[in-house]
Amino acid sequence: MTDRYKNFNLALFANFALFNPKGWIASEQKELIITATMLMLMAVIPVLVITFVFAWKYRAGNNAKYAPTFDHSRLLQFTWWTALCAIIVVLSVIAWKSSYALDPRKTLKSNIKPITIQVVALEWKWLFIYPEQNIATVNFMQFPEDTPINFEITADAPMNSFWIPQLGGQMYAMSGMKTKLHLEASDPGTYRGLSSNISGEGFAGMNFTAVASSNADFDTWVRTVKQSSNILNLNEYDKLAEPSKNNPVTLYSFVEDNLLDTIIMKFMMPQEAHKEH
Amino acid sequence: MLELIFGKLTLEALPHQWYTLAGTVSIVLGGIAVAIFLTRRNLWRWLWDEWLTSTDPKKIGIMYIIVAALMLFRGALDAGMILVQQAFFAVGNAGLSADHFQEIFTAHGTIMIFFVTMGFMFGLMNYIIPLQIGARDVAFPFLNTLSLWLYIAGVIFINLFFVIGGDFASTGWLAYPPLSELEFSPGVGVDYWIWSLQISGLGSLLGAINILVTILKLRTPGMTLMKMPMFAWTSLCSMVLIISAFPILTATLALLSLDRLLGMHFFTSDFGGNAMMYINLIWMWGHPEAYILILPSFGIFSEIVATFSSKRLFGYTSMVLATIAITMLSVLVWLHHFFTMGAGANVNAFFGIMTMIIAIPTGIKVFNWIFTMFRGRIKFTTPMYWFLGFIGTFTLGGMTGVLMAIPAADFQLHNSLFLVAHFHNTAIGGALFGIFAGFTYWFPKVMGFKLNERLGKYAFWCWIIGFFMTFVPLYILGFMGATRRLDHYDPATGWQGLFMISALGVGFISFGVAFQILQIIISIRQRKQNLDLSGDPWNGRTLEWTTSSPPPFYNFAITPKVSERDQFWTDKTSKHAPKPIYEDIVMPKNTAMGIYVSAFVFLIGFALVWHIIWLGIVGLIGAIACVIIRTNDPETEYVISAKEIERLEIRNNIR
Repeated sequence: MTDRYKNFNLALFANFALFNPKGWIASEQKELIITATMLMLMAVIPVLVITFVFAWKYRAGNNAKYAPTFDHSRLLQFTWWTALCAIIVVLSVIAWKSSYALDPRKTLKSNIKPITIQVVALEWKWLFIYPEQNIATVNFMQFPEDTPINFEITADAPMNSFWIPQLGGQMYAMSGMKTKLHLEASDPGTYRGLSSNISGEGFAGMNFTAVASSNADFDTWVRTVKQSSNILNLNEYDKLAEPSKNNPVTLYSFVEDNLLDTIIMKFMMPQEAHKEH
Repeated sequence: MLELIFGKLTLEALPHQWYTLAGTVSIVLGGIAVAIFLTRRNLWRWLWDEWLTSTDPKKIGIMYIIVAALMLFRGALDAGMILVQQAFFAVGNAGLSADHFQEIFTAHGTIMIFFVTMGFMFGLMNYIIPLQIGARDVAFPFLNTLSLWLYIAGVIFINLFFVIGGDFASTGWLAYPPLSELEFSPGVGVDYWIWSLQISGLGSLLGAINILVTILKLRTPGMTLMKMPMFAWTSLCSMVLIISAFPILTATLALLSLDRLLGMHFFTSDFGGNAMMYINLIWMWGHPEAYILILPSFGIFSEIVATFSSKRLFGYTSMVLATIAITMLSVLVWLHHFFTMGAGANVNAFFGIMTMIIAIPTGIKVFNWIFTMFRGRIKFTTPMYWFLGFIGTFTLGGMTGVLMAIPAADFQLHNSLFLVAHFHNTAIGGALFGIFAGFTYWFPKVMGFKLNERLGKYAFWCWIIGFFMTFVPLYILGFMGATRRLDHYDPATGWQGLFMISALGVGFISFGVAFQILQIIISIRQRKQNLDLSGDPWNGRTLEWTTSSPPPFYNFAITPKVSERDQFWTDKTSKHAPKPIYEDIVMPKNTAMGIYVSAFVFLIGFALVWHIIWLGIVGLIGAIACVIIRTNDPETEYVISAKEIERLEIRNNIR
């Protein structure tokens, strides 16, 4: 009975991605959400309490003190202007500092050499390119734990938003542009990734799995991918980029050189891209 | 040849899906039923002369509210379909198709913002603002009927695909490019969306100019700006925002339609187009829009809390300053809608902090409302229930809003259901509750009898319980990493239970709506028990309560004199009634030109959606010709003699 209850509880809270962070960025963001909420509750709770206390105390039948012309008090105005300003000043400092500390463009400090993963949002699946390993995957990514990951994100589709909630905040994926996101996983595990911005009919199915593993497991996985018979040259890429929904995981043992740049530059040289249409 | 006549409108475009057919059938049957009723009762002429062509802002206000209420049902039906899909069908691949689901939430958002909330607000302002400032009419009566009919043309336009065919936009309510560009949305859906907003947006802009000038120029002698009722102040600020922001919307949509119509590249991915520009521009309008909707509600609550506490509004000057501060700050925060676009820490931090600063004047307003109750004599009427409900919901919504204003936190909350819960929290718990409160509060002024209190309170309880049941699960789902607009999701996420609670909440809200409909029906049938013969059913404080209920078409037989705030309240305590001296009153004549111009503008929109060039030319020439004819009409006003006024007033007093 108690076990079942515990399991239920665990299952319930395991689903709370934002309160169950598995990386430094996500932990900081969780702390930030909690701190800010607590600070604001300092104003919100008194407001709610006095609202209902006043409403009850000064109800018509109660014969409490009645002062129909009492409409001004410098002291009261001063009190709440100052109190609110104080809370907002504190929150602003927090907002300012955390914006810099958790800037998604900033590389994470670590002794371990970072890994680069290039992300391409397609209609309607995610392509992940590992330029250092020269492999690519669809709707699945793996990386070593405790290693900073440099994501380079673009789209060959309408705008999407790349998000692994348990590792940290999201970043838009836009065609013709490269956005950056830096995350790392503190624990091995399997994490849910998704697109949070509507990009057309198949958008709800744009989920992927992100696996953080030990270094050895990662190397094994790379070797497995290398044995795949699929290769991602430009021809294969064009086929992949065609709209399709709820794609299965696909592994590519070879990627065309500078594929990400080619995808981005496609929009910079529209004459050539236009010929294809 | 056919293409020259019908453009892209072909037989295949006609309605053929079950939902468009059902829509067509219900619209046609409804139309026939109304037509039969009007013919049987011989009411066509009455409808045309007394209502449709009226320039009386009171009648225009009522028509706005009726149309907005109809649209509320459409929008609520959409909301129900969204949550039923997400609660019961999304874990399989059953229920609505992805495309249909996306059309529904796009329509839901667009309708609720542009055609429900805006419609209600313009309705209430049209009716109440002239009365509150002691005016007989708005500044530009013709512009007023034109605004109404442009709004109605927009309403027809957004429902048109049910009847004429094609699809509706499935891009989300702000139609971000490149998704909304031809490349990804080749159908006419986005064009329907663009032109319904362009037409109704023009109506909003003209309406705002009208109400702004009315407030600035037509106040009764003695009413300085700092003696205006709070609702007039917040409406004034809201109108300033419309005039500043709506041209941005018009321009942005015009650029998008140039992309779609003429193959230009403002926002496309290629040829140097830049979608980020669209996202910036649309939110430069979109964020002020949020305050355009909420500010009038703030004013309504200010009137209500003072009236039902039998006390002067606390901190009037501080309230006015706070309103102005909100107005100015609201145009400086648009970027907080897309911190995740990669602007960088300094830009994000700036806009985050600007956003948080808005919490200060908003908080000040809340404290002033609370201290209006302090040492008052509070009567717990239905409007007061809505006020207390609003304080509860709106402080929560404000808090979650400030939380998302912290850029680093927003990266985890953006586009999640947390965001969806937040803006419904402020839009329903703020703007809509204010509309309901104002509707109940001013209903006796408009109809001459009060609404049934008991049913109103039942409706309130259903709404408030339903509200928390619907949106608290959405906040929680946001923490679980659930994103918005999903037509299906993996059952392993464990979201379904919460979605079901949320859908149940919508069920509760629909009971609330049912009680509201019942409340109006019962109140009309039992009106004899709730008659308001005094014109002042609530022991009010402002000028609208000095006239009879409903007010005569000229509002005030004698222009009221004002020397202080809450003039009527002071007058009631002093009791002196000089013998009235009547004067001739000049009133605007009715005109059908507003309808004609809007009809031609509607044709322009229709032509642009379906690429029918000749029809567009006809519409353009027709609209311009109508405006020229109207401009050259020398007799747009008539005079009611002082004698006639005296006769009407005496008859009115006897009744």
